[in-house]
Amino acid sequence: MSGFPILSTMVLLPLLAAVVAVFLNDKAARWLALGTTLVLFAMGIALWLGYQMNGAQWQFVEKAPVFGAFSWALGIDGIALMLIVLSVFLMPICILASWDAIEKRVPEYMAAFLLMESLMIGVFSAQDLLLFYIFFEAGLIPMYLIIGIWGGVDRIYASYKFFLYTLAGSVLMLIAMLWMVNQAGTTDIPTLMNTDFPVEAQHWLWLAFFASFAVKMPMWPVHTWLPDAHVQAPTAGSVILAGVLLKMGGYGFVRFSLPMFPQASADLVWIVFGLSMVAVVYTSLVALVQSDMKKLIAYSSVAHMAFVTIGLFTFNRQGIEGALVVMLAHGLVAAALFLCVGIIYDRLHTREIDRYGGLANNMPYYALFFMLFTMASVGLPGLANFVGEFLALVGAYKANSWVAAVATTGIILGAAYMLLLYRRVAFGESRNADAAAMPDLNVREWLTLAPIALATIWMGVYPESFMAPMRKDVGVLLARIEKAAPAGDAQLTAGKPQIKKDAHGGHPAEAAKGAHH
Amino acid sequence: MESIKLIVFLPLLAAIIAGLGNRKLGNTGAKLVTTGALFISCALSWPIFLYFLNLGEIGAHDSAAAQFVVPVLDFIKSDGLDVAWALRVDTLTAVMLVVVTTVSSLVHLYSWGYMSEDDSQPRFFAYLSLFTFAMLMLVTADSLVQMFFGWEGVGLASYLLIGFWYHKPSANAAAMKAFVVNRVGDFGFSLGIFAVFLVFGTVSIPEILAAAPSHAGSTIGFLGYRVDTITLICILLFIGACGKSAQLGLHTWLPDAMEGPTPVSALIHAATMVTAGVFMVCRLSPLFELSETATTVVTYVGAATALFAATVGTTQTDIKRVIAYSTCSQLGYMFFAAGTGAYGAAMFHLFTHAFFKALLFLGAGSVIHAMHHEQDMRYYGGLRKHIPLTFWAMMAGTLAITGVGVAGLFGFAGFYSKDAIIEAAFASGTQSGQFAFGVAVFAALLTSFYSWRLIFLTFFGTPRWSMSEHIQHAAHDAHGDHGHDDHHAHGHSHDDPTLGYHPHESPLPMLVPLGVLTLGAVFAGIGFHHSFIGPEHGAEFWKGSLAFDTHLMHEMHGVPQWVKLSATVVMLLGLFMAWLAYIKDTTIPARFTATFRGLYLFLLNKWYWDELYDMLFVKPSLWLGRILWKGGDLGTIDRFGPNGAAAVAQLGSRMAARLQTGYLYSYALVMLLGLAGIATWAMTR
Repeated sequence: MSGFPILSTMVLLPLLAAVVAVFLNDKAARWLALGTTLVLFAMGIALWLGYQMNGAQWQFVEKAPVFGAFSWALGIDGIALMLIVLSVFLMPICILASWDAIEKRVPEYMAAFLLMESLMIGVFSAQDLLLFYIFFEAGLIPMYLIIGIWGGVDRIYASYKFFLYTLAGSVLMLIAMLWMVNQAGTTDIPTLMNTDFPVEAQHWLWLAFFASFAVKMPMWPVHTWLPDAHVQAPTAGSVILAGVLLKMGGYGFVRFSLPMFPQASADLVWIVFGLSMVAVVYTSLVALVQSDMKKLIAYSSVAHMAFVTIGLFTFNRQGIEGALVVMLAHGLVAAALFLCVGIIYDRLHTREIDRYGGLANNMPYYALFFMLFTMASVGLPGLANFVGEFLALVGAYKANSWVAAVATTGIILGAAYMLLLYRRVAFGESRNADAAAMPDLNVREWLTLAPIALATIWMGVYPESFMAPMRKDVGVLLARIEKAAPAGDAQLTAGKPQIKKDAHGGHPAEAAKGAHH
Repeated sequence: MESIKLIVFLPLLAAIIAGLGNRKLGNTGAKLVTTGALFISCALSWPIFLYFLNLGEIGAHDSAAAQFVVPVLDFIKSDGLDVAWALRVDTLTAVMLVVVTTVSSLVHLYSWGYMSEDDSQPRFFAYLSLFTFAMLMLVTADSLVQMFFGWEGVGLASYLLIGFWYHKPSANAAAMKAFVVNRVGDFGFSLGIFAVFLVFGTVSIPEILAAAPSHAGSTIGFLGYRVDTITLICILLFIGACGKSAQLGLHTWLPDAMEGPTPVSALIHAATMVTAGVFMVCRLSPLFELSETATTVVTYVGAATALFAATVGTTQTDIKRVIAYSTCSQLGYMFFAAGTGAYGAAMFHLFTHAFFKALLFLGAGSVIHAMHHEQDMRYYGGLRKHIPLTFWAMMAGTLAITGVGVAGLFGFAGFYSKDAIIEAAFASGTQSGQFAFGVAVFAALLTSFYSWRLIFLTFFGTPRWSMSEHIQHAAHDAHGDHGHDDHHAHGHSHDDPTLGYHPHESPLPMLVPLGVLTLGAVFAGIGFHHSFIGPEHGAEFWKGSLAFDTHLMHEMHGVPQWVKLSATVVMLLGLFMAWLAYIKDTTIPARFTATFRGLYLFLLNKWYWDELYDMLFVKPSLWLGRILWKGGDLGTIDRFGPNGAAAVAQLGSRMAARLQTGYLYSYALVMLLGLAGIATWAMTR
């Protein structure tokens, strides 16, 4: 910590490895990628351990001027820390998941993943507005390549769609950023987070940022790139897309929209709530009728991300902390579900749900893991998603009972589509001979699923490990936005307790106690 | 009292060992580990129960002795929302502890025999133990969130066990239905918890109950309405209870749940899990007592369920489904008992019901076992002589559920608990109580009728086994001609109604639980009624763990004689009707159904709830999903979004024409969008 530029190392090391990987043969490139991502995972753990929960807001800060106001400024708070830990945790798993599945242009593939890791860490640790923008947008490129080169049959359409959507949002964000830099005279994110922009301007800036983050989340109705991207992406691409890239939108809301434009966030909260409510119901219903496994999980991701947007804009601690936990939990669980799909896709080369069936017969351990992650996705208490969804909805209820009621229908629909998927894939007789002949998990596949399973249970049983580092930062955020917080619709009145008329009411003592209030 | 940790976590440990050890551990290993753990839990639970029982009688009354909380681990901490994993034990919990661990350990033992030919026994026993763990977490919950954890945990275990035979499509469908319908209840439960936190700033049950009176009469905004705070919370939580306890409207999953192995039905769908809703209402009884509207709703829903399920129970032919509807009906009794303020009676019926209903289910399992998996009572008959021990156990269960007994002398379990509920409903003096009383008496008539119908069809009369395909297969195999190419199998012995099949009594592991539960069905009522519902000892026994109403219990004993006798009279009447129709003149049922065809079909089809829900929810959801996908995502967003952007130049002028020629989906969606937008804007601004 003391002086060692750990964040810069974490950004630059995978970049360097990416360059080297291009010149290696397939086997060496795989091992290099695995080695590098494991080293980064270790560094991520070191970061977590070295992070002072009661220390400064920004830690591991590095700053080197580049030109003008623009500087190479890195630093993290607890929120960024947890997202970095999530990223470096998923990366080695991605490499393992691609070990045999990717056969063409392996060095380039590994290089793309390493590049992506570098950019992801960059996004979460950038403290300079323009630096953030570069990382944020450059992150598109490796993903674009991964889908476009190693993707499925319709990869070109999918990557085009992915690019078009994200680009459209980014342009507006860039314009807004330039205006902000001009206005505030600095590109320093921590400073900007405490700058009060005029309310009029806040609205336009908020909308410009919203355009970008809503696409990244993705929020309804700009979500249609996601199912196609997931379907066409190779397994590891889906894992990192669902696991980390979708979280950048939520991170953007926490880092920019809320603290920089609190008033606009409060004024325009109806947009967020409205779209999120539609998203929960709409995408859940759509998920119900999918016949492609990846599409189904992709749609479920949109529904889950709606919990994040709802939670973030509740303006209370439960909502925001819940949203952050959903981000982490979904990062684990959706990633694992895509791995589960990938494992059987590798065997049968189809994502068609009805080509499988009865896998519990011949792949019992696979069925066990799949069940665990299905239940986690459904929000079963004791597993990761529950904690986040519960808190987010508690927060939502405080903000508005309509939002909570509509969003909570997601727990019914979520159970319906996930259990339907599980039933069609794992239960029943083995309908197809080729599916029935598939072997159970091999060691490599165990190594990809087991760590996520353990993390999912850990987060579900003792979420404190993950929430504690973020607590202080949520507090800082709340302090910043509190004054703008809109009132809830509960409007609780004081009690007028009466002693029951009939004598056998049972609790004269308690009723009397209430009367003193 | 640290033993509570062992009680709760031993089953979890056993489940993990048996589940992950799967193949390596072997059948016997898995069975030993899980059953052993459960018997230890059970052995540790009874002393706790006896401690509370005796504490009451010696009259010790300080709050430290009346309850204790063992903390385990922090769970969720977010500002005021501070939830810990903790095990809370008081009288109410102690009652549930003995019910859960006793029935569970007996069911574990029973399954040694019942499941002995199954291929995946370790999985079965792991699920059973997992269920027990979740149920124990539920009953020891100190906060609503932990209760919800147990609530969902038992739901998971129930889902896994209903679908245990996962190669059967009907089992999978039933499992999924159970989970999803329960989720509808959870929707209410969740909103209830959110509302509780908003109002009280805590989810800790004791803190809620302590703060509740000060919120009586306050109002809160909910979905645009202003409603009474406590009523809102109670109704939302009660929706959760309805889901788990299969009350009218959310009951549809319970009969289907009979797809699971019979020991599962006994443990989960009769004795323990389905009573969680009753437990919840009793646990929160001081809260419910503050809202007259809420208790009235509870009363009406309970009474309606008791009636509905009893009527359906009279027409079912599957032995397990009869008992399932019977369970549903008895749960209705427990709810309206709670609704009329007789929480002690509700818990007492829960307690006795656990024993005699588990007994009836396990007895039915023994019958099914003897009859080679045949579950249709129309193909039973005359089994009394073949499986006498099972017969006598089932008789004890039937005497208990129908409430046979003589006041002041001796009665079977149900005589004390069910009659107490009926009398309390009358004594409550409220309009809803009177309604519940009337319904309860009529439902008791039906209960007696369908229970005796089950006994007569199964054990009396002449064998009608020859029509059963299961028995045909069994007889076929027994005759030694294993060749599956023998096409004459069905032809040769139709003159013999038994097909030469010999039902055999179940093995010892199955008979011992039947024996123990028979003791419960016979003595649980007389042994404990003073503690549970006695006006003198009730309050001492419950020690404030539920809203015990001493006054109501006094009233209950003072009801007119005809009220007290009514339950016994209808019981005898039901017995007589069943005897008439199924022993004396067996043509009566056919003549009756021919005369009242409409009514018969209505009952046989369970009031058409499934059809209704399919039409209202399932089909429209799928239909809407397809429309939103094809018409919304593909037809509108993509078409005008990314695809449109690419083709915008060519599209240009054609667009207007297309819109006019009518793309219904797009129109509909744009309209929907506009509406949603306006609605949200109006709501949230």
